[in-house]
Amino acid sequence: MNEAFFDKKEYKPLDRVDGRLKVTGAAKYSAEYALPNMAYGVLVGSRIAKGTIKSIDSKAAERAPGVLAVISHLNVIKIPGYAARGVHPSEPPTGGQPLRVFYDNKVYSNDQPIAIVVATSLEKAQYGASLVKVQYDQQEHQTDFEANAKNAVIAAAAKKNPKSPTADYDRGQTDAFETAPFRIEAEYVLPTEMHNPMELQAITAHWEADDRLTIYDKVQGTKTTQKTFAKEWDVPEQNVKVIATFVGGAFGNGLHSWPHESAAIIAAKQVKRPVKVVLTREQMFTMVGYRPRTWQKIQMGAAKDGKLVAINHHSIGQTSTYEEFTETTLMQTRMMYASPNVSTRYRLLPLNVATPIWMRGPGEATGAFALESAMDEMAHAIGMDPIEFRLANYTETDPDKNMPWSTKYMRECYEEGKKRIGWENRKLKPGSVRDGEWLVGYGMGTGTFGANRGPATVKAELDLEGNLVMHCAITDIGPGTATAMVQVASNTTGIAPEKITFHLGSSEFPNAGLQGGSSTVNSVGPAVQAACNALKEQLITMAAAKSGPDFGAAKPDDIMFEKGEIQLSGKSSAKLKLSDLFKQNNIQKIEATQESKPSENGKKYSMNAFSMHFAMVHVHPFTGQVRVKKIVCCADAGTIVSPKTAESQMIGGATGGIGMALTEDAVMDHRFGRYVTKDFGDYHVPVHADVPDIDVYFVNKPDLLADPVGSKGLGEIAIIGVAPAIANAVFNATGKRVRHLPITPDKLLGL
Amino acid sequence: MDKYKSDIKPEKEDHHESRRDFLKTSSILTAIAVAPATVAKAAEYNLGEKISAAFETTPVNLTVNGVKKQLAVEPRSTLLDVLREQLDLTGTKKGCDYGQCGACTVHVNGQRVLSCLSLAVMQEGKQVTTIEGLAKGDELHPMQKAFIKHDGFQCGYCTPGQIMSGIACINEGHADSKEDIKEFMSGNICRCGAYPNIVKAIQEVKNGGQRS
Repeated sequence: MNEAFFDKKEYKPLDRVDGRLKVTGAAKYSAEYALPNMAYGVLVGSRIAKGTIKSIDSKAAERAPGVLAVISHLNVIKIPGYAARGVHPSEPPTGGQPLRVFYDNKVYSNDQPIAIVVATSLEKAQYGASLVKVQYDQQEHQTDFEANAKNAVIAAAAKKNPKSPTADYDRGQTDAFETAPFRIEAEYVLPTEMHNPMELQAITAHWEADDRLTIYDKVQGTKTTQKTFAKEWDVPEQNVKVIATFVGGAFGNGLHSWPHESAAIIAAKQVKRPVKVVLTREQMFTMVGYRPRTWQKIQMGAAKDGKLVAINHHSIGQTSTYEEFTETTLMQTRMMYASPNVSTRYRLLPLNVATPIWMRGPGEATGAFALESAMDEMAHAIGMDPIEFRLANYTETDPDKNMPWSTKYMRECYEEGKKRIGWENRKLKPGSVRDGEWLVGYGMGTGTFGANRGPATVKAELDLEGNLVMHCAITDIGPGTATAMVQVASNTTGIAPEKITFHLGSSEFPNAGLQGGSSTVNSVGPAVQAACNALKEQLITMAAAKSGPDFGAAKPDDIMFEKGEIQLSGKSSAKLKLSDLFKQNNIQKIEATQESKPSENGKKYSMNAFSMHFAMVHVHPFTGQVRVKKIVCCADAGTIVSPKTAESQMIGGATGGIGMALTEDAVMDHRFGRYVTKDFGDYHVPVHADVPDIDVYFVNKPDLLADPVGSKGLGEIAIIGVAPAIANAVFNATGKRVRHLPITPDKLLGL
Repeated sequence: MDKYKSDIKPEKEDHHESRRDFLKTSSILTAIAVAPATVAKAAEYNLGEKISAAFETTPVNLTVNGVKKQLAVEPRSTLLDVLREQLDLTGTKKGCDYGQCGACTVHVNGQRVLSCLSLAVMQEGKQVTTIEGLAKGDELHPMQKAFIKHDGFQCGYCTPGQIMSGIACINEGHADSKEDIKEFMSGNICRCGAYPNIVKAIQEVKNGGQRS
């Protein structure tokens, strides 16, 4: 497309287009559709982590007032998708087979849904659920990561395909580390973390006919969810309607279909009424995925001049016994720095727990904690400034893929970040800066994520008053998708943003993938451009027929809309009133549906977004309390389409990184295989008082090799690298290296 | 609280009436308790809903967003669930049900209250303001405007609670400094991480001396 995408006119950053709905309480989330005759479902979870259900006594529950049904494997109706394939019809995250809820008497993890109580009110369903008595044949479970780490295995995908990102990888010599002049070797642990979006996972399931299902569901992909449940019930895809107009945060846990969704749909079928299921906060820890506990070991070798000699990076990530969940924990190690010798080993540890799922900055955020901590450790060992050390290993091409970068503006990020955080106040020697009684430290961490793009289709309609209305099945979990798409459409057409509407979040709309992997703006944005340009072409044809050769020779880029008129650039006389043109042609509106797909550039270029996070912390020498005083986030994410919402997205990522670094830790009691941290009182996410001013800098240079909008994606790089920036700042403040997150005060005692 | 300028006029409370109704209902409940089989039988015939509607509820009179409501609620129902499920006022959000996240914050008689920890039956005669009651027609409350201007949200789910808390925070006199705001807003969690922008919005409303 055109290089001048953003030069066409100056524009004021848009306020969120759905802002008014959100501040007035009018935005409807998936539990907020009041359907006639609706019933409420409450899930009963298993009390053991492994074994079989011996009996379920549901008599008392069934007799309780208002209870309509108690459904379990004992009385569930036949689910066609289960029987036909012998496996769950939904796609597993990366391997194995998703849990078939109520399929048999097997228990794979603690709090696995084993029954649903359906009643006429929420309270009655809750009370009914409390009356269900279950007896088990319990088997010995394994949930303790450390005790079982020796049982880690290579991923099935890696066994099948040696080019899989989780396969063993060696570049150069595998023993180069042994002879490096400077060597560090360290182990890093990231505990299990919970997505914990503020909105509880919820679904309202409504069978509008025997073979027609509508669900209001908290998901990140309406089309993928539609496919899943069409397969599960063996009905045509178009018979399943998935509505997710507003999603109250997700951070990855809406990327998979979960048992509670199937349970609600089953219940709605059995009681012949719409059924709403809202998980409890505790169930958010056990039923909808999490960032898997991951152990990592890095061996890093470098020369005196700061050139890396070797990096060996091993990791073990936790998964369930029925699904194999893998993530690209080690990719950043393979491509971020110019080390001639790199080896990575990725292993999985199946435990009697529920399946993990991608959580913001998946894999990369975990890997970056180890890699960027190790980079800081090595810089310290050599006696170099950590930024100088990274610059000494800066690479102008992707050393893993052996390809040029599509774009990479990291040097700009180093310079800007240094300036903004006040890096000159950092001392090489840890523990040497104080502010009153507080120790002061500075640290930084780098992040990267692939500029992934998928196919997307947008339908655009333009009416004679110049209103542009678009539709796409993409969801918005919070970043401001509709706002960004209105901006893209406005830049492409010249139509004022307030005359543009972007509808999303329904499987009824044209196809789009998941909102995940930082791929929305660069996938859907080009489809918006394409649809807008197709509208322009129709107008040019119409205008040429009525108004002569000026318009006949025009290309879509030549025309813009201003105040209801079509203008031909460079020819101020060539103007047409939109309404006249439409009336002359006797039409009310024109429409165009366009698909946009990734180009072949991915075969020639390594396309990635990059981030660099800087943190300044205070650490109290007696209590070990860490206060993050300032964060600077620099992002090389290509074109920043919607500056206001993009900045918020970066601030949000940094906030998530503060939680990762300092507070978030899902602690399991291995006697029961159940989390003891099961609410916000025990599992600490950052609150207002934990979050300082966050300064965001965007390089904002388009990457037109990546996609026509020039965007490389933002959601993941916003968090990748934040936790190590804070950990490195804590080291700089105290001289104490914490390699097991979170950095709680107990780990800093004795300073 | 005294700074809270509400246009809502309190209705004349009639405790006697409601107490009488309560006694009436509870005596029927007692009757049911000694004959549970009757109810069970009725439930089997799908009469459960009507039975419970008639016998298991307690009347409550309260004012929601300026509108007087005569409700029949179960004694165990929280104000949050009654707002969301019975009155279809879904702007008030459920985020934890334990009073730990603040998403369910509403104003009761002008003070911020966690509606998930408040039983609906205890709100007799009280004035409840939810997010739906802040705007005057099309004119948004200054805090709502400030949230839009400063982009004090992303997914929007914690937003109603943040706004209700933000208004209360100013009225309580806890918005004199950024540090104060952060401390007194820390009961309202935002997982998207819009905190700095929320603080900016509250500061602007506070400094603007606007109606709050």
